[in-house]
Order: sequence, then C-alpha cells, then structure tokens
Amino acid sequence: MLQLDVSLARPGFTLSVTQEFASSGVTAIFGPSGAGKSTLLRLIAGLERDAKGRIQFGDDIWQGPGRFTPPEARGVGYVFQDARLFQHLSVAGNLRFADRRARGLAGPGWDEAVEMLDLGPLLARRVAGLSGGERQRVAIGRALLSRPRLMLLDEPLAALDAARKADILPYLERLRALHALPILYVSHDLAELARLAEQIVVVVAGKVAASGPLAAVLADPALAGVLGARGAGAVLDVTLVRHHVADGLSEVAHPAGSLFVPLLAVPSGGMLRMRFAAEDVMLARTRPEAISALNILPATVMALADAPDGVAVGLRIGPDAAQARITHRSARLLALEPGTEVFAILKSVAIARTDVANDAKLDRTTAP
Amino acid sequence: MTLPDLAPFWLTLRLGLVVMVSLLALAMPLAWWLAHTKCRLKPLFEAITALPLVLPPTVLGFYLLIAFSPRAPFGGAFMRLTGETLTFSFTGLVLASMVYSLPFAVQPLQAAFEALGRAPLEAAACLRARPFDRFFTVALPLSARGLLTAMVLSFAHTLGEFGVVLMVGGNIPGKTKVISIAIYEQVETIKLAEAHASSALMLAMSFALLLAVYSVNRRFPQAGGA
Repeated sequence: MLQLDVSLARPGFTLSVTQEFASSGVTAIFGPSGAGKSTLLRLIAGLERDAKGRIQFGDDIWQGPGRFTPPEARGVGYVFQDARLFQHLSVAGNLRFADRRARGLAGPGWDEAVEMLDLGPLLARRVAGLSGGERQRVAIGRALLSRPRLMLLDEPLAALDAARKADILPYLERLRALHALPILYVSHDLAELARLAEQIVVVVAGKVAASGPLAAVLADPALAGVLGARGAGAVLDVTLVRHHVADGLSEVAHPAGSLFVPLLAVPSGGMLRMRFAAEDVMLARTRPEAISALNILPATVMALADAPDGVAVGLRIGPDAAQARITHRSARLLALEPGTEVFAILKSVAIARTDVANDAKLDRTTAP
Repeated sequence: MTLPDLAPFWLTLRLGLVVMVSLLALAMPLAWWLAHTKCRLKPLFEAITALPLVLPPTVLGFYLLIAFSPRAPFGGAFMRLTGETLTFSFTGLVLASMVYSLPFAVQPLQAAFEALGRAPLEAAACLRARPFDRFFTVALPLSARGLLTAMVLSFAHTLGEFGVVLMVGGNIPGKTKVISIAIYEQVETIKLAEAHASSALMLAMSFALLLAVYSVNRRFPQAGGA
C-alpha cells in the first residue's frame, strides 16, 4: 500500500495530493498535459527533494518529518518517457547496471526479464541504434532488473506512433501479469489505460479529481467534465464468439447482447476488454429497426449530469456501467430520468482497434 | 648538430603530469559543484576560477611569489610542515602551475557536466546507484570528452608556461629549469642550435599529443542521455 500526503510548490503550479494507491495491479494516473502526473511520479520516486509531506510504502516511511529516503534506497523501477538509457553502455550493459546493484533481492531474474521483453536479439546492440519501441523495452527490462517493489511508468508510449504502441502494449500486459508488482502508469491516453489498468486516479491542475475502479470512474456522469467526451465512456468485458471474415467483423458476446467489431486476431472464446467513448454512444427509447449501426444493447439510465457540451447520461448495460453524451435537446425529447429503459447504439466502426484489448487476466472474469 | 640537454625536457614532462593529475582531483569536484549548485555565490567562484585566463602570468607569478614566501602565512605554514620552501622548488612550481592552469581543467569539465544534465543521474539513482557510484559509472564516462579535454589542456598549458615559472621557480637546473626557460636562456646566450633542437622537440611532441587526442576523441559518445 502506497500512501501519499504530499505537496510541492512551483512557480505558477502547486501539486497537492492525498491518496492511497492499491498494493497490486495497475493504477492509471490520468489527466491533461501539465496536470502534474509526472511530477507525482517523481515525488514518489524521491526525485523531488523539496516536496513536503509524507510518503509511506508498506511499513517504510519514504518521506516524513525530518526524514527522506533517497531514490536509490526506495526500490522503485522508473521507466521514463524518454527511456534514459545510458549511452556509454550497450543494451546488455544497461541491463547489467541494474542487475548488479540488485543482487540477492526478490524479483525477476536476468533470463526471465530478457525473455519477457524479447531482449535477446538486442543485447549486443549499442543504445544509439535502437528504435523508440526497442528503447522502451530495454528501459522496462532495466527497471525490472533493479528488482523494484513498485514500478512507475511515465507515459512510456507517448513518443511512439500508433503502430509502435501496438507493438509495445503486449509487453506491458506481460508486465502486468507479474502480480506481486504494483504499477503506477501515467498516461493521457485512455485507450491505453483502459487496456492495462484496473484502478484510476484522475489528476487535474495538481489535485486528484477522482479515483476508483477504472470502469466506474469512466462511466460516472459526475466526472464527465473532468474526463471530456472522448475520455468518459465505458469499459466492457466481452468474449469472442466467432469471426465473420467476409464482413470484416468479429462477433463478441456481452451479457446484454452481441456486438460486432472490426476483425480481431483473437481466437473464439478469447476474453477482451472494449472501450467506448461517451460521444460514440447514441440513445433511443425504442429498439431502432433498419439502422446501419450493428451494435444495439438494452440499457438502464442510472443518473444524469450536466457536462460542458451536453448531458452526461450514466447507464447500466448488463453488469457494466457506461456513459453516453447527448445534447440537452435530446435529453428533453427522450424524457430521460433515472430508471428509464433505453437502447444504447454503438456504431461498430466507432470502436478503434486500439480500444479493444486482449485481457490477460482470463481467470479474473471467468471465475464463478 | 648538438644534442639538447634533455634534463629540462624530462622536468617539464614530470611537471605536466603531476599538475594534470593533481589538478583533475581538484577540478572534478569543483566543476561538479559549479555545474549543479544553485548557490548565489556561483558567479563569484566562476570569476575566481577564470582569473588565471586573463591575468598576465607575471601578475599571477608575483602574487604567488609573495604567498609562497616563508614570511607569508601560506609559505610559512608549508615551511613549518615540510621544512622546505615553496619558492624556487619543484613543489612550488606544481602549486603555481595548478593555479595557472585551473580554468583549463575546470571549464571543459563544468561544460560537460552541465551538458550531461540530471536525467542520466536520476535514472541511475532509480537503479539503486548511490551518489559516488553514479558519478564514477555514469557521469564521468558520459563526460569522457570533457574529461579528456581537461586533461590535455591542463597538461599542455603547463608545458607552455613561462612567466609564472620564471617568477616563482627561477632557473635552477633539475629543480625548476623547465624547457621554456631553457629555450629562453639558450636564445639569450645565442646558443641557437640548441634552441632549435629544443623547440623542434616541443613542437613535435605537442603536435603528436594533440593529434592523438583528437583521434581518440571521435570515439567517445557525445554527452547527454537518450
């Protein structure tokens, strides 16, 4: 368990956070640029000496009145946005730098880390010749080999294009599968976070604006203003039923009904996590007929809240919470109120491929 | 052609090496501090460090001569501790040369440490490396160019000094008679053949040294993380 009660004053900016973080799994730290997400990570790592307050990790007080544990004694694995590999060392040299200083500590071994991140072919390479994606893989491996008690990932994919991001995400999913290692993952990309994280902490202007289970936070209409119409939405856990190759679609099952998404390279029975943005969800009082949208699920209105550009409608779709963003006019015409039964319409093309994720944690959702 | 007296040549080499090593030991922590301090007195220390660049060597030598005098507090303390005087001695020459060449060691190192930035050091700290460990395994190797420049410049600058040596060390064969003094004396006494030989030796050695340095320098990584 990581407990923070800290503040840091900078000219024109103050970070002030009181928050508990889960002791396992991935916690997303989400927020707009300049909100203080990276500063928060630096503070946890011990890289901001002028921060005030208290930081406790498990039984260790990393920072408190009159005490400050330096970064080298905290045991955090920090993956920087710009990788920060050592230029004067080879890939193997970078990994060894971490490995040597963490001998005898519990954590992944050399072979395990190299295999997990497919670093074998890179070991002899010079750092200068690596691509952006390779750099981040090496940086993650190096951080792992320092046998950290807590991983801090600061937008590790921000410098990569969409294709490279898709290459790296499976490695991050493997990292997540190391259950003993809690991960704080900073990003301003909700598609990425929805794929990896269970918990989310939303940081806006140096303060925590919301926190909790990711799906619940994304679907909470009261947070619509903080998350934006592309941020708020839903995360649904679904199962792959079959592929319709001729139509270029895959059919997935959700407790509330079937959905069609662009063809996926996932076998039947595979578990997936899908994310929808609130602005890609339409609502109807009766089941629409003869409509080009393929995905229509029955839903119940749970709550309504004013959003900057309309009305945020909190929904329940089967077991999952979701959110739709509609105009004031539509809300009035549909006479929506809590308890109203509606149909949520999701156009299948509105589901970007990167918004559909393989769920590595099969046992979590299939367990009775 | 007469062979030049090689004693001044060896003395000069010894002086250069001793000064280079002692100066690095002094300049590394000083440059590190200057590169990272947020102290308001930093410009003061930078100005003091750079003074030998602009002062005429005779002025520097004059003040050093006064400070080294057994009657002065510094020279007197040294005399009581070691039983030797600093004036007209090899040790005095080393100290004077260190002052004289200080900016040539500090400035390249400071520039390299500043270019390095905090990023690689923060990364090293998060990989459990302690401060000295970080300095020797990350900061220094990444500042290799600056380090090499500082070594060469402090060595070469010491080889070429004349005014300060003349003021502080005089012209004692085997103790303080370095090659620049020897050449000056050879010219004064119209031993032009010897002056030619000594000068040619210096020219060849200096050129070989610089050529070696620039060839090696290309192989080092530029400072900065990635």
